[in-house]
Amino acid sequence: MNDTEFQAYVQEGGQVETGDAMPDDYRKALIKFIEMHGNSELMGVLPEREWILRAPTLQRKLALTAKVQDEVGHSQLIYRVVEDLGKPREACLEDLVAGKTKFHNVFHYPTKTWGDVAVIAWLVDAAAIISQKALLKCSYAPYARIMKKICWEESFHILHGRDCILALMTGTDEQRELVQEAVTRWWGPLMQFHGNPIVAEDDPMYHWRIKSQANEDARQQFLDGYVPQIWELGLTVPDPKLRQRDDGVWEYSEPDWDELKHVVTGHGPKTEERLGFRRWSREETAWVRRAVLADAA
Amino acid sequence: MIFEVFRQEREGQPFQHGGSLEAPNLAFAETYARELYGRRDESFALWIVPRESVEEVLDPYVADVFDRDYRRVDGYSLKVKLKEARERAGTAGTG
Repeated sequence: MNDTEFQAYVQEGGQVETGDAMPDDYRKALIKFIEMHGNSELMGVLPEREWILRAPTLQRKLALTAKVQDEVGHSQLIYRVVEDLGKPREACLEDLVAGKTKFHNVFHYPTKTWGDVAVIAWLVDAAAIISQKALLKCSYAPYARIMKKICWEESFHILHGRDCILALMTGTDEQRELVQEAVTRWWGPLMQFHGNPIVAEDDPMYHWRIKSQANEDARQQFLDGYVPQIWELGLTVPDPKLRQRDDGVWEYSEPDWDELKHVVTGHGPKTEERLGFRRWSREETAWVRRAVLADAA
Repeated sequence: MIFEVFRQEREGQPFQHGGSLEAPNLAFAETYARELYGRRDESFALWIVPRESVEEVLDPYVADVFDRDYRRVDGYSLKVKLKEARERAGTAGTG
């Protein structure tokens, strides 16, 4: 199969397994995409981790700890897929802490209050699940399979997020204010999350059917599912142009694509601090890995 | 080392491939597998197998090489033969 035939094969729904012959460009695109996903799971726990010690109740602390464990578990599963494609996990971690590879925009921002933690678990996870559900149809079968387990675990996270939100929204005015402030803070990054509205046909990830959903479709699905939920709680979205047309399509102000580019290329408000933490913890725990490997050898 | 993990969702069900993990030895692999595939009670039992112990047989060799339709349900087309047999027995049209 040459590259054109291979592309036709995956476009028609063909699936690819680890040992199958595949074009170099496909392998490279897979590694880039999946590694970024693994990085995001790993970096994504840091904003939440900062609140484990400050969680408002013991129950919330336990739930948050469990969520952090889930997400780190996802990064392990995902790096495993990358590893079978030819890039070792150690190399992924090295490139991540060196700032050579990317992770999702939303994980470059601070979590100022418990309201942010609730909004992350509710809306950021919702946005992520939309992308991840679309990956269940990925042409690379080992990735699609592992996504099934990941989506299943994410479903708990959404409920945890909604529960945190509802507890705050049924609480005091101050608590409701916390949620509103957090929604206002996160709206920009959330609208940037699914990426610029590149036409699917121009997206190489779409050609190889690594992705099977266009960025704008994902964003529309997010708005469709979650704006009504935001509104029904009496919260407002900081976008005066946001409205649903009669044909169902959501209109909104143009997201700040410069901000997205700036943030994901390593210039977010918390990028350096969080990568620094990763570097520090990697060095700090290096002796454990050495001991384990020596013991096992 | 890479280990493949198979999970049985409920007692009595077949084991299905769950995914793989990297561990320095079987003891660690077991701990990791419990954490990755069992912490929500989603598995009744696990099989943890070193990847090199898994022998893979791929498509062209799995399917029939020779004509082996006598091993399959669709290898037995009885309709025409039954019709002829009924005619010979003089019972055609009654059954």
